[in-house]
Amino acid sequence: MERESMEFDVVIVGAGPAGLSTACRLMQLAQESEQELMVCVIEKGSEVGAHILSGAVLEPTAINELFPDWKAMGAPLNTEVKGDDVYYLTGESKGIKTPNFLVPKPMHNEGNYIVSMANVCRWLAEQAESMGVEIFPGFTAAETLYNEDGSVKGILTGDMGVAEDGSHKDSYMPGMELLAKQTVFAEGCRGHLGKELMQRFNLRDNVDPQHYGLGIKEIWSIEPEKHQEGLVVHTAGWPLDNHTEGGGFLYHMENNQVALGFIVALNYSNPHLSPFDEMQRWKSNPKISQYLEGGERIAYGARAVNKGGLQSVPKLSFPGGLLVGCDAGFLNGAKIKGNHTAMKTGMLAAETIIEALKTGDIATKELTAIETKYRTSWVYDELHKTRNFGPALHKFGTLLGGSFAWLDQNIFAGKLPFTWHNTVPDHATLKPAADCIAPNYPKPDGKITFDKLSSVFLSSTNHEEDQPCHLRLTDPSVPIQKNLPLYNEPAQLYCPAGVYEVIKDAEGADKFQINGQNCVHCKTCDIKDPAQNITWVTPEGGGGPNYGNM
Amino acid sequence: MKIIVGVKRVVDYNVRIQVKPDGSGVVTDGVKMSLNPFDEIAIEEALRIKESGKAEEVIAVTIGAKACQEQLRTALAMGADRAIHVETDEGIQPLTAARIFKALCDKEAPKLVIFGKQAIDDDNSQTAQMLAALSHWPQATFASEVVIDADTASVTREVDAGLETLSVDLPAVVSADLRLNEPRYVKLPDIMKAKRKPIDTVSISDLGVEVAAGIKVLKTTAPAKRQAGIMVETVEQLVVALKEKGLIK
Ligand SMILES: Cc1cc2nc3c(=O)[nH]c(=O)nc-3n(C[C@H](O)[C@H](O)[C@H](O)COP(=O)(O)OP(=O)(O)OC[C@H]3O[C@@H](n4cnc5c(N)ncnc54)[C@H](O)[C@@H]3O)c2cc1C
Ligand code: SF4
Repeated sequence: MERESMEFDVVIVGAGPAGLSTACRLMQLAQESEQELMVCVIEKGSEVGAHILSGAVLEPTAINELFPDWKAMGAPLNTEVKGDDVYYLTGESKGIKTPNFLVPKPMHNEGNYIVSMANVCRWLAEQAESMGVEIFPGFTAAETLYNEDGSVKGILTGDMGVAEDGSHKDSYMPGMELLAKQTVFAEGCRGHLGKELMQRFNLRDNVDPQHYGLGIKEIWSIEPEKHQEGLVVHTAGWPLDNHTEGGGFLYHMENNQVALGFIVALNYSNPHLSPFDEMQRWKSNPKISQYLEGGERIAYGARAVNKGGLQSVPKLSFPGGLLVGCDAGFLNGAKIKGNHTAMKTGMLAAETIIEALKTGDIATKELTAIETKYRTSWVYDELHKTRNFGPALHKFGTLLGGSFAWLDQNIFAGKLPFTWHNTVPDHATLKPAADCIAPNYPKPDGKITFDKLSSVFLSSTNHEEDQPCHLRLTDPSVPIQKNLPLYNEPAQLYCPAGVYEVIKDAEGADKFQINGQNCVHCKTCDIKDPAQNITWVTPEGGGGPNYGNM
Repeated sequence: MKIIVGVKRVVDYNVRIQVKPDGSGVVTDGVKMSLNPFDEIAIEEALRIKESGKAEEVIAVTIGAKACQEQLRTALAMGADRAIHVETDEGIQPLTAARIFKALCDKEAPKLVIFGKQAIDDDNSQTAQMLAALSHWPQATFASEVVIDADTASVTREVDAGLETLSVDLPAVVSADLRLNEPRYVKLPDIMKAKRKPIDTVSISDLGVEVAAGIKVLKTTAPAKRQAGIMVETVEQLVVALKEKGLIK
């Protein structure tokens, strides 16, 4: 089929902090050198911010560089961190406050801001648009397009108006080719095009597999007398055991709201573990529930993070394109902060592109200069210092590993002359269900803890119902024939949106059901399925969660 | 002939509505806003009429704050030729809206004005009818089919008894029901083109319209939470349970 196409200098996939910082920096540099530049950003969410979910405590390093007078420009960084509590939870109702000097250094937050990253992205998008960037929310980058020589030539937007059986509805609109000299992939953690590019261009040769966590987040409106704007609370320990990494956060934002969430590392081994239920029961610890009682939960969502750090960063360039932000994996796992590094690597990509443009045609070229830029930037320094944090937790468990992390970070400042590796991918860590004990999760009380469906409801998720399922099974028999007997089909538990169910069909046989319209685009199934049999692809543009100020 | 289409910025239909803690309304800050879905259908119908050669110009009109221009851009990207933004930061009641449209109709002299049958925020379903009354034009509401024929429009409406077809003289006011059409997806190049299409901004006083204040909202509350159900095993138990609740004697 002959498709319509549009040509740009740079096409950016994803309007997150990485993609939007790329766009802003490109326009700034183009204006400085009086160059005309056609840049577009394509975003699958129905609007910018609709698919952005972060904590978030933002380190202002990158934004200080990108817009030094962001304050005067009205950037929504309104709440400075005023207090920093770290608890080690020892049980359902107990926890001890960790004295400040015992907290590993990367977890300190002076000078940072509590923000809604979705709102920060909306603001960045306004800046980009005012400099002439075309932003297209509600459109997906469904496929990468390649030239005959194998280089990337752009992306294809997803078809709209395709029915579940693949036929074209009346409203059918074929996808369009967006062609670019360079395409910047900024899809965030486990980008589906990024994943394919890494395989195609062998970008992961000689690096550790990426490691992930699943973050489940809620926003609550709480009683004003319990609210302490600027207070940051982190917890370690309960409800997770010493072999499962993860922890909780609770940030007092503006307007009597708190953002709270729980991250479970996806290298957990017990297939009966349910990240959703861990998050729910975590809230019932008095150190957390003290703030929530009498309040109202107003939003829910989930998103994976990649926390492999330095050892897992792939090669960033390939002919015709670059990887930035969490699509590559620049999150600092010791801090669980990736917004500042996402922004900075986006800016580095922009600088790489503009410098290359000065020397000639950049179409189909591989801009390897980004590698040097990254290695000489503070992003590299930061990831290098904390490179042993994750592997230590993995090697020694959270208690001993945590102690190492403290020594490594506070005494040796990350300069110990060795680097540990964690080479087992997260999908390969599950033990057989029969060898593991199922945790006994309490029933939701409807006040502090809730069930999955009422939670997903608060994510305002919607997908056009009549469309092909965007969760593809390579082999449809795997869930029932392999995963169910061996691992009790863990998708039923790890999916934070209740998309996967094992039900009985009319004959009473087990059947794997996918409720794709509930999907909040967290990407966990694509990561954790033990058979790597589930592939997340883009649904029709605009589908998915509609997050407000996540 | 010219067609005017009224469009409104409303909280997106996917968003879970939250009532403000002080009961003065619903939360719209930081909430996804969209073009009212019925208005999208109205725009689509106007565009189809134009594409069939029976109209020359489609004008999208909205009343509201600056941010409403986003919805006008959507209408322009779908294919409207130009847009008028009646800018105001106040909440507008249906009668004021109808008066504003009357003033614009006096100026633009359209042959057809199409609205969505109601806005999904306050579900008033009044502006179209009031405009017809103020202008002494015929009205055909809840349209599921519109056929334009020189100086008349034949409009099919969904009524309780089935389908009713009216013939109205133009100019007329039509309001669009869900099944009138399926709005098109917007194309990327058209979004870019829409940025260059003109939006005229006018104020209510420019139009010489008197603001109506006949309706006062006393309080907004969330619907009562559903109580958890109980399972009964037998009819006897059901009767006992209903008696206990005082629902039967
Ligand atoms: C629970 C949680 C808490 C966190 N807390 C913090 C914190 O306190 N501080 C901090 O600094 N970081 C935190 N992070 C990490 C931070 O959110 C990420 O590092 C950051 O979002 C990465 O930015 P990005 O631009 O690379 O990707 P993203 O923010 O994921 O943005 C990617 C964008 O691209 C879009 N997209 C993806 N694929 C496509 C496609 N194919 N077509 C079109 N659009 C596409 C997505 O919809 C999305 O809008 C947290 C993360 C989580 C999950
Ligand atoms: S289906 Fe996959 S991507 Fe979607 S919410 Fe569930 S785990 Fe996340």
